Amino acid sequence: MNVTTKGKITDVHDLKKLAKKIRLRILHMLTTAGSGHTGGSLSAADVAVAIYFSKMNFDPKNPLWKDRDRFILSKGHAAPLLYAIMGEAGYFPLDTLNLLRKVESPLQGHPCCTSLPGIEVSTGSLGQGLSVANGMALGLRLDNNPARVYCIMGDGEIQEGQVWEAAMTSAHYKIDTLCAVVDNNGLQIDGPVQKIMGIAPLHDKWAAFGWHVIDINGHNMEQILSALDEAERTKGKPTVIIAKTTKGKGVSFFEDKVEYHGVAPSSEEYEKAVKEIHNG
Amino acid sequence: MGERKQQSAVSSQQSAVGAYGNTPERKPKATRDEYGEVLLELGEKRSDIVALDADLSCSTKTNKFAKAFPERFFNMGIAEQDMIGTAAGLALTGKIPFASTFAVFETGRAWDQIRLTVCYSNTNVKLVATHGGITVGEDGASHQALEDIALMRALPNMTVIVPADAAETASVIKTITDYKGPVYVRLGRAKVPYIVPDDYQFEIGKALVLHIGKDVNIVAAGIMVSAAKRAAELLSKDGIDAGVINMSTIKPLDGATLLKAAKKSKLIITAEEHSIIGGLGSAVSEFLSENYPVPVKRIGIQDTFGCSGPSDELLKFHGLTAEDIVKTVKTALKK
Repeated sequence: MNVTTKGKITDVHDLKKLAKKIRLRILHMLTTAGSGHTGGSLSAADVAVAIYFSKMNFDPKNPLWKDRDRFILSKGHAAPLLYAIMGEAGYFPLDTLNLLRKVESPLQGHPCCTSLPGIEVSTGSLGQGLSVANGMALGLRLDNNPARVYCIMGDGEIQEGQVWEAAMTSAHYKIDTLCAVVDNNGLQIDGPVQKIMGIAPLHDKWAAFGWHVIDINGHNMEQILSALDEAERTKGKPTVIIAKTTKGKGVSFFEDKVEYHGVAPSSEEYEKAVKEIHNG
Repeated sequence: MGERKQQSAVSSQQSAVGAYGNTPERKPKATRDEYGEVLLELGEKRSDIVALDADLSCSTKTNKFAKAFPERFFNMGIAEQDMIGTAAGLALTGKIPFASTFAVFETGRAWDQIRLTVCYSNTNVKLVATHGGITVGEDGASHQALEDIALMRALPNMTVIVPADAAETASVIKTITDYKGPVYVRLGRAKVPYIVPDDYQFEIGKALVLHIGKDVNIVAAGIMVSAAKRAAELLSKDGIDAGVINMSTIKPLDGATLLKAAKKSKLIITAEEHSIIGGLGSAVSEFLSENYPVPVKRIGIQDTFGCSGPSDELLKFHGLTAEDIVKTVKTALKK
């Protein structure tokens, strides 16, 4: 069941359909769990779906396959997104998704690599994924393994100083097998990112740190695919995709609402949200 | 009878290797110097060993490895948090990363990174820190790690080791290379006398018993083992039978050996170049209070920061000499 042999999904229409399915699963998981991070799981869904299903080589039956591409969800609170994707990819039976946030569940509130095979490293404390991604890319380089490493960060997350330590490392060691994504949804728990602790100008900051920077609409599948292709073609430096996204994307009453950063939908909200996604 | 036998075994060992375990071939040596040499030696044998440092490779001695294997050495600049995450990533691709810097920065600056990406993720990262304790000397409190063992000991999955001398350091570094899982090793800046026998093989979780005493047993780690040994010699002149245990693995603690010692002497003294809060003294007290309560006296840094000065003067200032141990033992025995 190696995805390479199964075939990747590169058709834009199919990927959009898949992203819809993933959003529905996220909402179902969160509603069943009764808690969790809705807004940031939905904002990063299109990019994550494109990375997993159009780009990455992996084998759900052999999660430690040494030639697999690596995916690190540095913004670990979007765990429901990762679990929905992994369930779809066949890492575990889909009914496992109902165990989100339950005692002794492989689906911990934030990704835990010792609980769930296929999670590359535990995340949740923000700002740490890019360092681990660098380490993986350097290790793969020592083995002459061309596997690629993807790392999705939140925009609020990059307020963490370690992100910029790691950003220097990626450029210093010319890690061009690394593609980072900033899920730029503009909101963090306490309010708008620019109001809490400004991170602008994002493009210039990453460029100044020696990165190849691509700005896209993070919900436009054509733009996402073309950015991922461009990242793959870029040699001698790491690439960051700054994906302008909408927090809570796909459900009108969640969109751009800071209140839904860390709150799960109620059953009534869930019913309405499902309808919107079906019609969207 | 058994005691006497053990005692004579110790004295013959002393005569063989000198009062401090030194010989003309074994002159006092810093554990960090030994680390640099052993890491180089292991690097020649194993291509999966990689090393990381945060701009202190000349002091931690990873510079020897760096010079021999530049492609397997990663200088991370002055960025300890990034160093730990990168080490975890390297471990996750099957490498055995040795990440080194001063103990205070390694464990303090990057504690959450160690917690999440090393311990919680259970990655095969070897944290080998140098400049532990007050014998850092003149640089003063900002550079003296006195809380590192407490910080590392509290983390699930972590093994914590404090070698007593260069020979033990060599054995420790080789042993942890073959052990899979997070390890913290605390090394020192200053030269230390040899303590362990020539043919000593370190085992994780196994204390080295120099002697079990019937009046008191001193459980020590790191540089304090040699102070404890000298204290035992001084005490024996006053007819006090003091044992010395080198508890180089602080986690997991060698409870069996501790129990044996406590049952024999009914008084335990701990000696460490670390805060009395959270380190060896705490670990020993926790174990004994639950398993075989006997009086315990902790020698260490008394809940304070260090200060600048030559290391031998600092040891006196903080009450970490053999004479201080003797005084503590005698006071405790009077009670």
